[in-house]
Amino acid sequence: MNVTSQMLVFLIAIPLFSAALLLLGGRALDKVGHIIGTLASTAAFAVGVIEFLAMLGRAPENRAVTQPLFTWIEVGNFNVGATLLLDQLSVCFVLLITGVGTLIHIYSIAYMSHDKDRRRFFAYLNFFIAAMLLLVLGDSYLSLYVGWEGVGLASYLLIGFWNQKPTYATAAKKAFIANRVGDVGLSLAVMIAFVQFGSVSFSGVAEGIEAGQTSSLALNTLGLALLLAAVGKSAQFPLQAWLGDAMAGPTPVSALIHAATMVTAGVYLISRSHFVFDAASVAQLCVVIVGAITLLFGAIIGMAKDDIKKALAASTMSQIGYMILATGLGPVGYAFAMMHLLTHGFFKAGMFLGAGSVMHGMNDEVDMRKYGGLRKYMPITFATFGLGYLAIIGVPPFAGFYSKDKIIEIALDAGGAKGIILGSITLLGAAITAFYMSRVMLMTFFGAKRWEAGAHPHESPALMTIPMIVLAIGSVSAGFFFNMGDRFINFLSPIFHSGESGHGEKEHLLPPIVVSALALTAVAIGVSIAIAKYGRGKAIPAVAPSDVSLWTKVARRDLLQDEFNETLFMRPGQELTKALAVIDEKVIDGAVRGVGSITLDVASGLRKTQTGFVRSYALWITVGAVGILAAIAVMSL
Amino acid sequence: MSLDYYLYLSALLFTIGAAGVLIRRNAIVVFMCIELMLNASNLAFVTFARMNGSIDGQIFAFFTMVVAACEVVVGLAIIVTIYRSRRSASVDDARLLKL
Repeated sequence: MNVTSQMLVFLIAIPLFSAALLLLGGRALDKVGHIIGTLASTAAFAVGVIEFLAMLGRAPENRAVTQPLFTWIEVGNFNVGATLLLDQLSVCFVLLITGVGTLIHIYSIAYMSHDKDRRRFFAYLNFFIAAMLLLVLGDSYLSLYVGWEGVGLASYLLIGFWNQKPTYATAAKKAFIANRVGDVGLSLAVMIAFVQFGSVSFSGVAEGIEAGQTSSLALNTLGLALLLAAVGKSAQFPLQAWLGDAMAGPTPVSALIHAATMVTAGVYLISRSHFVFDAASVAQLCVVIVGAITLLFGAIIGMAKDDIKKALAASTMSQIGYMILATGLGPVGYAFAMMHLLTHGFFKAGMFLGAGSVMHGMNDEVDMRKYGGLRKYMPITFATFGLGYLAIIGVPPFAGFYSKDKIIEIALDAGGAKGIILGSITLLGAAITAFYMSRVMLMTFFGAKRWEAGAHPHESPALMTIPMIVLAIGSVSAGFFFNMGDRFINFLSPIFHSGESGHGEKEHLLPPIVVSALALTAVAIGVSIAIAKYGRGKAIPAVAPSDVSLWTKVARRDLLQDEFNETLFMRPGQELTKALAVIDEKVIDGAVRGVGSITLDVASGLRKTQTGFVRSYALWITVGAVGILAAIAVMSL
Repeated sequence: MSLDYYLYLSALLFTIGAAGVLIRRNAIVVFMCIELMLNASNLAFVTFARMNGSIDGQIFAFFTMVVAACEVVVGLAIIVTIYRSRRSASVDDARLLKL
C-alpha cells in the first residue's frame, strides 16, 4: 500500500490550470479556448491511462498508490494531509471521468460553436473535471468534501450557463439548494467520523470500525449522514427534484455531469464507505429502500415525459436507483453497482449526446411530439442512440444486460421477503425502462414526421458523431468485456473484500439463467406495450392529450415532487421567514426604537425643569442641600 | 459668653443670605447675599476653630476669603458687562441658557 506515484497530482492540476487560464485569459483566448480545454482533458485522460496501465502491472494487493501533497491541517494529534489515493475503485472513475469527459469536450467544440461564451463553457467543463477527479482521488472525507463542493459549483455554473433565461437560472439555483441539503449530510459525516475515530481518512475510519471503536448507533448515524449526502448529489428520493430541471444546461453538460459522472458521486461515496455500511445494518437497509423507491420513481416519471432530455434525466435517476440499491446489498453489490455505473456512463452519455445531436438538427426542439421519422435523416445519431437504447433496456449482449441483470440477480438473492420484493421491483423497473426508452426511440426516430415548420433535420458534424460512435462502441462491448471471467469483479475485489464472500458459490434463489429469462421477458413486455401504443400507424398528437388518467397527469408533473417540496418546505419556509421578518420588525426594531423614544420622552420631560431662571436653580440647590442635611440629621439620630 | 451664640448668629446670617438669593432679582443684591452666606460660614468656621482649639477652621476662613475675593472680581465684571449690553441687572431677565 506504500507505493507512491508522483503523477497523480497532474490529473487534477492540468484541467484546473486550464480552467484558470481560460477564465483569466478573457476574450483574448476566445479563438483557442476550446482547443486548450480539450487538450487539458485529453492530457488528464492520458495520465489516467498511464496510471491504469502501471496499476495493472502491479500485484493485486499492491495496486493502490498514494501521493502526499502537503500537510493540510495539523492540530495536536489531528493530522489531515492533502493526499491523493488511486486504487482500483478510483481508477474506474478516473478513466470514466477523463475518458467520457474528453469525448464530451470534443463533442462540445461543435455543439457550442455558435455560442459566444464557448471559452467560458470549456473553462467550467475543465473545472468540473478537476473537481470530480479530486472527489474520487482524495484519501479522506475532507478532501472528498472539497471535490464534492467543487462539482456542485461546476454543476450550478453549467446548468445556469444560459442564465439570461430566468427559468434556467432558477433551475441552477434549485439544483444547488437541493445539493446543499445533501452536503449537510456529508459535513455531518465528516464531523461524526472525526469525533468517533479522530480521523477523517478512509483508512483511519475503516481501521477504527474494524477495531470496534464505536457503537452501532454512531455507525448508523454516520451511514445515514453519508446516505443523505449521496441522495442529494445523486438525485435520489427524496432529494430528486432538481435533476429534471438541471436539463436546462447545455446537452453536453447533461451528458457529462447529470448522466455519466457527477450524479454517480453518491454511488462512489457509498461504495467508498463500504466499511461503514457493512457494519451499519439500518443505514444499509435505508440505502436499499432509497434505491428501490428511486428506481421506480424515475421510471414512472420517464414514462410520462415528452421532453427528450427530461425523459433521459428520469431514466438516469432510475438507473442510479439501481446502483444505489446494489450498493445497499453488501459486499457483492458494490462491484455490480460500479459495473452498472460504468456501463451506464457509456450508454447514457451516448444517448444524451444523441439527444443533443437531434436537438442540434431540429432547431433546439426538445419536445418528442415534434420529432418523428428522424432515422433516415440522422443515420449515425440513430444508430448510436439505438445501440445505447439496446444497452439500457438490457438486451444481450449489450452492456446494460450484464450489469442490470447482475443487480436483479443479487436483489433476488437478498434473502427472504426482502429478496422477493427487491427482485420484483428491479424486474418491474426493467420492464418500465424498456417501455419508456422504446417510447423515446419510437417517438424520435420512427413514425410520421411531426416537425415544426422550418425544421431541416440533418446529421451532425463529425466532431459530434465521433464521440457518439465511441460511446456506442462502449455501450455495445463494455458489459461483455467487464463480465468476461468476472474480470471486473476480481479487479475490484481487493477493495470490497467481495472475493471471499463466494461469488457463484452462494445459493441462488433462482438460477441465473432463469433470472435472465425473467428480465428479458419483462423487457419484451415493456417494448411490446410501447410498440402497441407508439408503434407504426399510431397517431401521436402534437400536443399531449389531456383526457388521460389521473396517474398519467401526476407522472407528467414529476409525481408531484415539486408540489410536495413546495407545500412541505418552501411555503412553510417562506411563512417562517415572513414571521421572522415581522418579529425582527416589531420586536427587535421595536425594542431599539422604543429605547430611543423613551429616552426622548424622558428628556423632553426633564427639559421643562430648565427654566433659565437662576433663582429657581438656586431654590433646587437649597432644597437639595436641606434635604441632604435632613437625611444626615435623621441618620445620626 | 457661650460660643453657641456665634453659631446662632452664623445660622441667622446664612438664612438671610439664602433667602435674599432666592427672593431678590437684582444681581448686585443677589451677589451681596452670596457674600453674606460666605461670611456666615466664615463665622461658623472661626467659631468651631475656637471651640476645638485648633487653627484649621481659621485657615479655611482665609481660603474662603480668597475665593470670595476672586469671585467678586469675576462676578462683578460679568454683572457690569450684562448691564451694559442689556440695560438690566435683573437675574430674571438673563434667562437665555435654556432651550
